[in-house]
Amino acid sequence: MNGLLVHETRANHNEMIPTAHEVLGVVRETETEFTLRVKTDAEVHHGQFFQISLPKVGEVPISVSAIEDGFVEFTIRSVGKVTGELLRIRKGDRLFLRGPYGNSFPIHQFRGKDLVIIAGGTGVSPVRSTLRYFYQHRGEVPSLHFIAGFKDDNSVLFREDLELFRQRFDTIYSLDHDKVPGFEVGFVTEHVKQITFTDFSDYNVVIVGPPVMMHYVALECLKEGASEDKMWVSFERKMSCAIGKCGHCKIDETYVCLDGPVFNYSVAKSLLD
Amino acid sequence: MSYTVSFERMNELIQSLQSNYKIFAPVRFEKRGRYSDTDMVRYANISCVEEIVHDEKSDFSPKEVVFPVTQAILYFTESEFMESRVHDKKILIFLRSCDIHGIRRLDNMFLRNGNVADFYYKRLREKVKFVLMECHDGWDTCFCVSMGSNETSDYSMAVRFHDDSLEIDVKDEEFEPMFGKEAQSDFTPEFVKQNAITVKIPDIRDKDTLHEVYNLPLWQSYNSRCQSCGACNAVCITCSCFTTTDVVYSENGRMGERRRVWASCQHEDFTAMAGGHRFRTTPGERLRFRALHKVYDYRQRFKTEQMCVGCGRCDDRCPEFISFSAMINRLSEEVDKLNEVKSK
Repeated sequence: MNGLLVHETRANHNEMIPTAHEVLGVVRETETEFTLRVKTDAEVHHGQFFQISLPKVGEVPISVSAIEDGFVEFTIRSVGKVTGELLRIRKGDRLFLRGPYGNSFPIHQFRGKDLVIIAGGTGVSPVRSTLRYFYQHRGEVPSLHFIAGFKDDNSVLFREDLELFRQRFDTIYSLDHDKVPGFEVGFVTEHVKQITFTDFSDYNVVIVGPPVMMHYVALECLKEGASEDKMWVSFERKMSCAIGKCGHCKIDETYVCLDGPVFNYSVAKSLLD
Repeated sequence: MSYTVSFERMNELIQSLQSNYKIFAPVRFEKRGRYSDTDMVRYANISCVEEIVHDEKSDFSPKEVVFPVTQAILYFTESEFMESRVHDKKILIFLRSCDIHGIRRLDNMFLRNGNVADFYYKRLREKVKFVLMECHDGWDTCFCVSMGSNETSDYSMAVRFHDDSLEIDVKDEEFEPMFGKEAQSDFTPEFVKQNAITVKIPDIRDKDTLHEVYNLPLWQSYNSRCQSCGACNAVCITCSCFTTTDVVYSENGRMGERRRVWASCQHEDFTAMAGGHRFRTTPGERLRFRALHKVYDYRQRFKTEQMCVGCGRCDDRCPEFISFSAMINRLSEEVDKLNEVKSK
């Protein structure tokens, strides 16, 4: 056909068919959040996401919260139809996946430079694999500051990892209001000033959380002297396809599934819904 | 070559074509229109030339031939997914120049965006050949000339309808032998040269201007009028958004299908995620989103012409008589003002 064929090699590939994967384990994080460990040999990058499906229920985009040899993890808040049903998944069950999709945090660009990671609530989940990577390869960055904020003591995710991260990173963990040993009190924005960007020769900042949180943390970082092009955020949007067709995640000429979910702040700041 | 063919003879040709082709054209559905006692004209399978409504604009576009309103994409049991199948015939569509351009816009969305072709669109689209229906003057809501979609050479055959015959320009070698015995004519399709409406594409030159455009009061002025019904999206030849949902065949059933259904960016839940967070919460913001996609975003993404082809169906269909062409002209005026301020 005249000018119709695209990417011949994948011409008859049907990207929408999910494949079954074994669930290797389930960790209950909080009352509504849980982590599924799923067997896969797929090549996955930090910050990417998969479409998880349950026949009869539907499909949802979920970012990977850990990438290890032979498996990935997904940390899910059970708030919707599919995520509600996923809560019933047990070790040994099978899940349907397609992906990974989207871009990822530029780990190669992070190497050799100071790194600041600021995350709030379930926003900790998309940065967890990056944190685990640098925990295992601590020598690759001169310093790593990690600020994590949760609503209250009952909302704290990844408790084991948080304790490990304390040992190798400069950490500030904070709860919005609760006073609990090991946690500061207040929003993550309030702790940004403890990071002196001017002390770094070169650095990167990763900010992930709810849209309002990312907005104010970014402004706070700018106020503290961080520069826009060294800051990275990750977006969450409704998606039906994850391959740039369904239109749900479009923001101006940008498709979050294709051009994101990770954006440099210099781009992200101009993405207005 | 061009030929003059009687309806009678054309029907014989259609009959023979039907062994290999499904033929789609605008068809009248009596008393199915939006007002009582009015008809609806939309695309459907035809088996004779008299069924084709050639002297009215169809209410719905031909996009449903390649992008059905609802479509089973996968069938599932509890333990596996299977790809749905389509018919093995080829497809012939009778359509106007604007709609041919419109399907080319859909091609960009489904075949090129993200560099992975959409399997379901592609498998139907590859079957399609176009039969251009000549358009003389268009209708009062058309603005194809402004959008550059009034002319095309992208067709296998082109037709002009007379009372009991048609003239047909056959460009596709596959169809040429069928017409060997017909009377030759010198027909070549003519195109609309002027519409009653002229629409100016806004000259948005940079991101700063785009953000100023977001904040224009003109969008808010639609808040009380737009009902967010999404009729404009449904009739638009270039609207390609969809949602997938799983449907189970029976209560407590274990089998069902994953279904793709047209989605509307005007609906409140278009961006709603589990947990309730959503973006663009007012009708004005959603209209702005649609308008800018049609005249700006698509062009920026594909470095090509704007998405809108000026068929005007959205204006015909809006229950609140919101005119898209008027909206874009208002927008262009505002952008001109912004540009003027900037150039000083």
